[in-house]
Amino acid sequence: MSLLKRFGRSPPAVIGLLLMLVVLAAALLASTLYPDDPLRLAGRPLQWPGANPRFPFGTDPSGRDIAAQILHGARVSLLIGSVATVVSLGVGILIGAFAGYFGGWVDDVLMRITEAFQTLPAFLLLLVLVAVFGSDIATVTLAIGLVSWPATARLTRAEFLTLREREFVQACRTLGMGHGQIVFREILPNALPPIIVYAGVVMASSILLESALAFLNLSDPNIASWGNMIGAGKGVLRSQWYVSAIPGVAILITVLAVSLVGQGLNDALNPRLRGRS
Amino acid sequence: MRILLLAGRRLLASVPTLLIILVGLFLLLQLAPGDTVDALMAQMGGGDPAQMEKLRSFYGLDAPVAVQLGRYLLRLIRFDLGFSAIYGQPVATVIAERLPVTLLLMVSALCLSFAGGTALGVLAARRVNRWPDTLISTLGLIFYATPSFWLGLMGVVVFAVKLGWLPANGFEQIGAGYTGVQRAGDIALHFVLPTATLTLIFLAIYLRVMRAAMLEVMTLDFIRTARAKGVGETGVVIRHALRNALLPAVTLVGLQAGTLLGGSVVVESVFALPGLGRLAYESVVQRDLNMLLGIVFVSALLVITVNFCVDVLYAKLDPRIATGR
Repeated sequence: MSLLKRFGRSPPAVIGLLLMLVVLAAALLASTLYPDDPLRLAGRPLQWPGANPRFPFGTDPSGRDIAAQILHGARVSLLIGSVATVVSLGVGILIGAFAGYFGGWVDDVLMRITEAFQTLPAFLLLLVLVAVFGSDIATVTLAIGLVSWPATARLTRAEFLTLREREFVQACRTLGMGHGQIVFREILPNALPPIIVYAGVVMASSILLESALAFLNLSDPNIASWGNMIGAGKGVLRSQWYVSAIPGVAILITVLAVSLVGQGLNDALNPRLRGRS
Repeated sequence: MRILLLAGRRLLASVPTLLIILVGLFLLLQLAPGDTVDALMAQMGGGDPAQMEKLRSFYGLDAPVAVQLGRYLLRLIRFDLGFSAIYGQPVATVIAERLPVTLLLMVSALCLSFAGGTALGVLAARRVNRWPDTLISTLGLIFYATPSFWLGLMGVVVFAVKLGWLPANGFEQIGAGYTGVQRAGDIALHFVLPTATLTLIFLAIYLRVMRAAMLEVMTLDFIRTARAKGVGETGVVIRHALRNALLPAVTLVGLQAGTLLGGSVVVESVFALPGLGRLAYESVVQRDLNMLLGIVFVSALLVITVNFCVDVLYAKLDPRIATGR
């Protein structure tokens, strides 16, 4: 309860939550308001927003309804963002936990690999993965998760390093618990809060990565993705700039919502920082 | 001297990292459908199998994967990145042609965002929870959430299409025949929008870190000591607080080096700049895997170089690090 209260007292967090609800509502209402395929031909191409009451956000160069694509795109963005985040957290937690818990050569090897991933620009690695494995939505989501785990691994490792010598862990060892049980049942729940908070950052960057990939025409072309829409509008930027502008605002709102909520959670969970921001 | 020794040791430690990257990527690219010969043949409109076999043995693609990997690494030591069948030139030559554009974009965006982020972060921290802080922090959050390519496109709409102040894309005015200073000015003009785009995105990150670090440092004892001995407010902020608060931001430069390079891939595509990022994108589309491997290698070297500079700078800012704690 006090967590909720602390969260509610910060105006940015509340704004973030409201924006998040708007995006969620858009994702949920997509198939009710626009039951048809959002990528189908809906009307005359390049109608300005408001020119035709049927298309509140206008139509794009292929005559597709922008409003329908925005709503369905919310679903795609949230889906890709959350699945990629889960993948990234899963890999990061696994690697960070083993490195921090076992130490020694396991730590050395795992941290070298983490360093390699951090030295390689994530977006370049993403390009390579897409070049090798293709660009359907499942592959792209998985690839985004696979390039964004190193920070989570470092965070998890740091938590495990401080927790592994605590008394409760020593007690578990004395009780004869196996390593797996100590790592996942005993230490991990204690290490989880800062990692969960960090998930907001991972999700925000996942959504941005997907949109950049889609803008370059390297994501799945058969889904209504906001990045795809901005890319489609690039050709008519000089006269019909709204085609690119509208989906960009949608991305901005979503990423802003995710990071504000994450920041709010962080402040609510870290009483040490209270009153500072 | 100790600084260089320390940074040198860190540099040596990055050799295994580089090796992991290269071996990992080489093996990863073996999984790609089709090889260089397939891509080449597709470009020439097909060819007979006998000729393809001949080309494969010419490029050494008929050897086992382990042998190919060994050969590749041996050639890398001599900085020979191989041959791009698509461009018909050595990979190193093509990359060297494209590198200056990316370097110019990266370095100018890095300097501007670091300087701007530091200044705005300090300003926000000095006026914490009052309107300048709220304004700066809000703008920072919004730019942090903005996709770089979209910001670039909107910049084009406003400054190139509507106002007509800046060129929309390209590296220079083609066919204008500018030379010397005039050409440099023309190129600089073409770089304003791309640099501004990349700068604004990264400025937001430095701004947030700088603000938090300043707030933290200003509560420490030595600040009170400085005030007590009568140092003016500007002196306290600049001479005492800033130097200490800079450390997290400098660390971030190293951590963000890869992201900055990734960001320039996208920004170069928006503005059709002939840089490394654009080249990476083209090699993905054209399946020029040799080129892609070369670009990744050079990018990793770039990131390692930036981190080396950060290490040296770090020791300069905090002498305790150089003397080995």
